[in-house]
Amino acid sequence: MTTLAPAPVAPPVSASRPRRRRPAPSLVAAIAVIAFLLLAAAWPALLATHSPTANDFAAALQPPSFAHWFGTDEAGRDLYSRVVWGARESLLIGAGAATVSLGLAVVLGTAAALGGRILSGVVGFVLEVAFAFPALLLALLLVAVLGPSAWTQVLAVGIGTAPGYARIVRAQVLAARSSGYVEAAVALGHPRRRIVLRQILPNALRPLVAIFALSVGQSIVWASSLAFLGLGVAPPSSEWGALLDAGRAYITRAPWLVVIPGLVIVALALAATSLGGHLRTALDKGEKA
Amino acid sequence: MTRTSSAEATAREEVAAPVASPRTGLARARRVGGRALSAVTVLLGAATAAFLAQAALPGDRATTILNIRSGQAVARTPEELAPIIAQFGLDRPLVRQYLDYLAGLLRGDLGSSYQQFRPVWDIIGEQLAATLVLSLTAIALAWLLMVVWVVATAGRGPRVRGLGQTVDTVAAGLPHYWLGIVLLLVFALTLHWAPVMGGDGIEALLLPALTLAIPLGGFMGQATRAEFERALEQPFVVSARMRGMGETELRLRHVLRHAVLPAVTLSGWALGATISGAVVVESIFNRPGIGRVLVTAVSSQDIPVVTGIVVLIAAVYVIANLVVDVLYTAVDPRVRIA
Amino acid sequence: MTLTTEPAGLLAPATKDAPRIRVRGLSVGFTSSAGHRRVVNDVSFELHPGRCLAIVGESGSGKSVTARTLVGLTGRGAVVDADELSLDGEDLRGFRERRWREVRGRRIGVVLQDALVSLDPLRPVGKEIEEALRLHGWGDRRARRRRVIDLLDAVGVPEPERRARQRPGELSGGLRQRALIASAIALEPEIVIADEPTTALDVSVQAQVLAQLAAMKERGVSLVLISHDLSVVAHLADDILVMRGGEVVEQGAAAEVLGAPRHAYTRELIAAVPGGHTRDTRLAPHFVLPEFPARGAAPHADGPLVEAVALRKSYPVPGGGRATAVDDVSFTLERGRTLGIVGESGSGKSTTARLVLALEEPDAGEVRLAGRPWTGIRETRRRADRRRVSVVAQDPLSSFDPRWTVEQILSDALDLRLPAASREHRIRELLGLVALPDAVRRRLPLTLSGGQRQRVAIARALAGEPELIVLDEAVSALDVSVQAQILDLLVALQDALGVSYLFISHDLGVIHHVSDDILVMKDGRVVERGDPEAVFRDPQHPYTRDLVGALLRLDSDTPSATASPGETE
Repeated sequence: MTTLAPAPVAPPVSASRPRRRRPAPSLVAAIAVIAFLLLAAAWPALLATHSPTANDFAAALQPPSFAHWFGTDEAGRDLYSRVVWGARESLLIGAGAATVSLGLAVVLGTAAALGGRILSGVVGFVLEVAFAFPALLLALLLVAVLGPSAWTQVLAVGIGTAPGYARIVRAQVLAARSSGYVEAAVALGHPRRRIVLRQILPNALRPLVAIFALSVGQSIVWASSLAFLGLGVAPPSSEWGALLDAGRAYITRAPWLVVIPGLVIVALALAATSLGGHLRTALDKGEKA
Repeated sequence: MTRTSSAEATAREEVAAPVASPRTGLARARRVGGRALSAVTVLLGAATAAFLAQAALPGDRATTILNIRSGQAVARTPEELAPIIAQFGLDRPLVRQYLDYLAGLLRGDLGSSYQQFRPVWDIIGEQLAATLVLSLTAIALAWLLMVVWVVATAGRGPRVRGLGQTVDTVAAGLPHYWLGIVLLLVFALTLHWAPVMGGDGIEALLLPALTLAIPLGGFMGQATRAEFERALEQPFVVSARMRGMGETELRLRHVLRHAVLPAVTLSGWALGATISGAVVVESIFNRPGIGRVLVTAVSSQDIPVVTGIVVLIAAVYVIANLVVDVLYTAVDPRVRIA
Repeated sequence: MTLTTEPAGLLAPATKDAPRIRVRGLSVGFTSSAGHRRVVNDVSFELHPGRCLAIVGESGSGKSVTARTLVGLTGRGAVVDADELSLDGEDLRGFRERRWREVRGRRIGVVLQDALVSLDPLRPVGKEIEEALRLHGWGDRRARRRRVIDLLDAVGVPEPERRARQRPGELSGGLRQRALIASAIALEPEIVIADEPTTALDVSVQAQVLAQLAAMKERGVSLVLISHDLSVVAHLADDILVMRGGEVVEQGAAAEVLGAPRHAYTRELIAAVPGGHTRDTRLAPHFVLPEFPARGAAPHADGPLVEAVALRKSYPVPGGGRATAVDDVSFTLERGRTLGIVGESGSGKSTTARLVLALEEPDAGEVRLAGRPWTGIRETRRRADRRRVSVVAQDPLSSFDPRWTVEQILSDALDLRLPAASREHRIRELLGLVALPDAVRRRLPLTLSGGQRQRVAIARALAGEPELIVLDEAVSALDVSVQAQILDLLVALQDALGVSYLFISHDLGVIHHVSDDILVMKDGRVVERGDPEAVFRDPQHPYTRDLVGALLRLDSDTPSATASPGETE
C-alpha cells in the first residue's frame, strides 16, 4: 500500500552516489607528510640518522649528500637529524597556537553571533578593530610587549590569527541561526536552548575540524616567520624556526641551511591545507551522501 | 606578510557582500556617515590597543624605558628616572596618559622612541615612501599575475583547472622568507638577472615585489577563481554565448568583471598586510623601509615605534578601504542604485 | 519515432517551404570520468518557416539539451550523434566553433528564462543588445545605438532611450524580459529558440512574453519553444514533441497531442495540470494513495481556527526607509478548510504566512488561533501551542538539518516526552501517511528526489497532529507530475485528518484546484476575496481580472496575451 508511484525520472542525485574510489593523490601525499612528521615528533631517534647535537667541524657546511641527506651546518651537525629532532617543538608550537586561535575564535565568534545586544556589540567592535591588523603585525606587537620565547610565539601567533577565524565562526553561527532548519525547529516549538545546542552549534562548528588541521600548518608558518626575524626560540634549539634563523648567516655559502627547513615547513603547511580541504569536502559529502 | 589562512579568505568574502542600496540623499548621507563612523572606530581601537601595549610593559615603566635605552638591565636611582618620568608623563594617572596619547595622535604626534631620542613620526616618516612603493608595486603585480592565470585556467578542462587550482594553493601557501630566499638564490646569485642586495631602481624592486606578490596573487586567485567559475555557469553567460560571443571575449568582458569583486574587497586589507609583510622582505633583500624599523623596534622592545607603525597601518587600512569602496561601486554599480 | 511533425498537405503555405531545421536520429550523451551517460536518444523533427515546435518534458527529459544542440552549445564532454542535423540544408554536424558563432545570434536567436539572470546584471541592457549587433559586425557604433533603441521600441518598451541605459535589476520583470527578447532578435534571425522563456515569471509577465513570441511567429520566424508547462505551449505550438528520460514519447500536431493524446505519459501530463476543472478529482490517478486510519471524531466547530485581523508588517530597506510587505490583511480560516492566498512575487503572501506561523510579529493587528491570541504574546507562552500549527516550505531541503536522516528529522518533530517504542511506531505511521517506503528512514534528505523530500516535509508537518498546516509555495518547485501526486496526497490527508490548510501559491491553477476560499493579494493588500467560483468566474478587481485573463488553460482557445496591457512604468 505504501508503494511509490513510479518516478518519471531518476532522482537527481542517484547518478552521483559516491563510488569507492582511490583517494586523491594529493590526499595520499598530505597524509604521508603529516604521518612522517608526527612520527618524528613522537620518536625522533627512530628516524634520525645522526645525533642532532654532535659537532663534526671537519664536515662543516657540506651540501646535501648521501651521508648527510640535508647537508650539514657550520658545526658539522647533520641537518636532516636536526629537522627530525626539531619536529616535536615545532609541531607543539603550531598545535598550541592553533588551539589558542580557534579557542578564542569560537568564544568570540559565538558571542558576537548569539550574545545579547551589548555583548555582541562589544565583541563585534573588538573583532572589527582586530581585523584591521594583519596577523603578523598583531603577533609582532605581542612579541614586542612580552619579549621573544616559545610561549610568546604560541600566544602571539594564536592571538594574531584569531580574528580571522572568529569572523568565520560568527558567519557560520549566523548562517545556521537564520537557516530553514532552525526556523523549522522554532515552528515546532522547541525551546531556544535546545535549538542552540542541538542545531546551531553542531552545524556551525562542524567545519572547525577541518579548519584546525589547516590552522596548525598556518601557525607553524607564522611562528617560523617570527623566528626567521630573530624573534623566536633561541638558536641552540633545533626548532625549525630556529634553524632558519641560524642558517641566515650562511645564506650565500650554504643556502640549504635555510632552503631545506623552509621546504619542510612549506610541505607541512601545504599538507595541512590539503588535508583540511579534503576533510571539509568529506564533511560536506557526509551531509550529502 | 600578506599571506593569510583560507580562514581569513572566507571571512573576507563575507565582507565582500554589497552593502547598501540607498535611494535617497538622506540614505546616501547615512551610508557615508556609517563608513566614517566605522573608520573612526577602527582608528580609535587601534590607538587604544597601541596605548595598552605601551602601558602593559612589565615592571616599572621608567626603569624599563631607561634600560631599553641603555641596553643594560640594572636598577635605577630616582634621579636617573626623573627626566624619563617627566618626558613620558608617567606620573600622571593612566586615563590622563591615554587621553594625552589620543590628543597627541590627533596632532600627528605618535610619541617618541625609547631608544632613539627622536619622535616616532620622524623615524617612520623617512622610511615610509620606500615601503609604500614596494607594497603598491606588489599589489599591482599580484593583480596582474592573478588575472592572467585565472582567466587562462579557470573553468577549462579538469586537468587545466586542477593545475590552476594547485598553483593558487601552493602560491598562497609560500612563506615570504622562503620564497624571497629562493628567488634571491635563483635570480640574483645564480642567473645574475637582478642585483643581490640594495640598489635602487626597477631591477632592485622586482624581486622583493615578486616575493610579496606571488602569495598575495595566489590568495586572491583562490577567491577569484571560485567566483569566476560560478559566473561561467550563470545564465547570462549562456545568453552571451548564444549571441555568438567567443570564449576569450566572454571571459574578459562578462565573467572577469563579476569574478574580481571579492579580490577588490581584499585589496584594501592587502595593502596593510603587504606593509607588514615588508618586515620579512626588506630584511631579506636588505632594503630600507618600515619593515626594518619594525623588526629592530620589536627586538629592542621600543614599543612607541611599534605602536606608531600599528596605528599607521590601521590608518592605511582605513584609507585603502575607502578607496576600495569607490572601486567596488565602479565595478558593481548595483551597490549604488538598487 | 521518426514520424514527421507535418501532417502532409494539410497546411498549404508552410509545406511549400523546405524545413529550416531538420533533425533525424539525434542522440546526445555526456562522457565524464564516471562514464558515458546518454541523455537524448533518437530524436527527430523538422522546423518549418513561421511555425512553432514545442518540446515538452519534465526535468531530466533532455529537452534543453536537444535545443542547445541546435546551436552547438551542448556542453562539455557532450557526444552528439545524428543521422541528419541541418540548417537550411547545410550540414551542422561538422561545424567548428567559429562557424557555430556565425550561426548563433545571426541565424538562430535564443531566449532563456528570467532576464534578471539571463542578462548581465552589471551592464546596461542597451549594451547587451548592442553586443549582439557588434559581434556580427553590424553597422558602426552610431547605427548600432539607433538600432538598439528601435529594437526596444519594437518589443514594446516605453522610453527606450532611458531604458537602454538601465541595468536588468532596475527594470521591471516585463520590461527586462522584453529587453532579453530584443537582444535575441537583434539581427532578425529566422529561427528563435525559447528555452523556458516564462519560467519563474509572474503570470502577467508570462502573457506579455508569449504575446511577443506569437508576434514573432506572425512575422515568419520559426520558433522552438522548450517548456515543462503544457498550458504555456498550448497556444503557440503548431507541433508538439513530448519527451521523457531522453526519449520522444509522442509527437504530432498540437491539437492532436493535446486533444487526443496517444501515449499514457502525455495523458498523465495533461491530467496533472491543476485548475478549476480538476477540483475534487485526482490529478495523478495512477499514484497509489495510502490507506488512512479511520477519521476520528469531527473537530468540534466552535468558531474559526484562525482569525487574522488587520495585519500590517513592514521591513527596513537597506539605505533607509521601510517597505510595507503586508498592509491591512484580514481573513478567517474555518476548521478543516483550505484558504488559498494567491499573488505574484512581492505581493506579501509569504509574509502573511510567516505572521500566521508567528515567526514574525505584526506591526499592527493580530492573529488569533482558536479564539486565543497567537501573536503579541511571549514565545514561551506560545510554545505549547506551536504543535497545533505546522509548515511546509517551498524548499524542504533547507528546512532539514543537513546532518539528520529522515528518521531523526521526524523524531525531532515528535513530542519530546514520547517513549521510544511509540516514537518508532509513530514514525512508521507518518511515513505511511505520505506514501514513503520504510527504507527512506535511514536516508539523508539530500539523496531523495524532490517529491520524496516534500513528502518528508509533509510527514514532519503532520507529526504533532496539527490543526493547521501552512503550505508556502509547497508544490511550486516540483515537476508537474510530482506536483500532481503531492496535491492528491494533500487533499486526501485533509479528508482523512480534518486538518486546515493555509495554501500559498503564485499558481492560479493550483489555488483553484485546492482552495475553498481565495484571497488575491497585490502589493501587500488583499484586492479580492471569495470562493473559487466567484473569484475565477466573476472577478471584481481589475487586477484579478488581469490575472484570470492571463491565465493559460489547456482548454481555452483564445490567446490570452491581450489580457494584460503593457507595463508603462
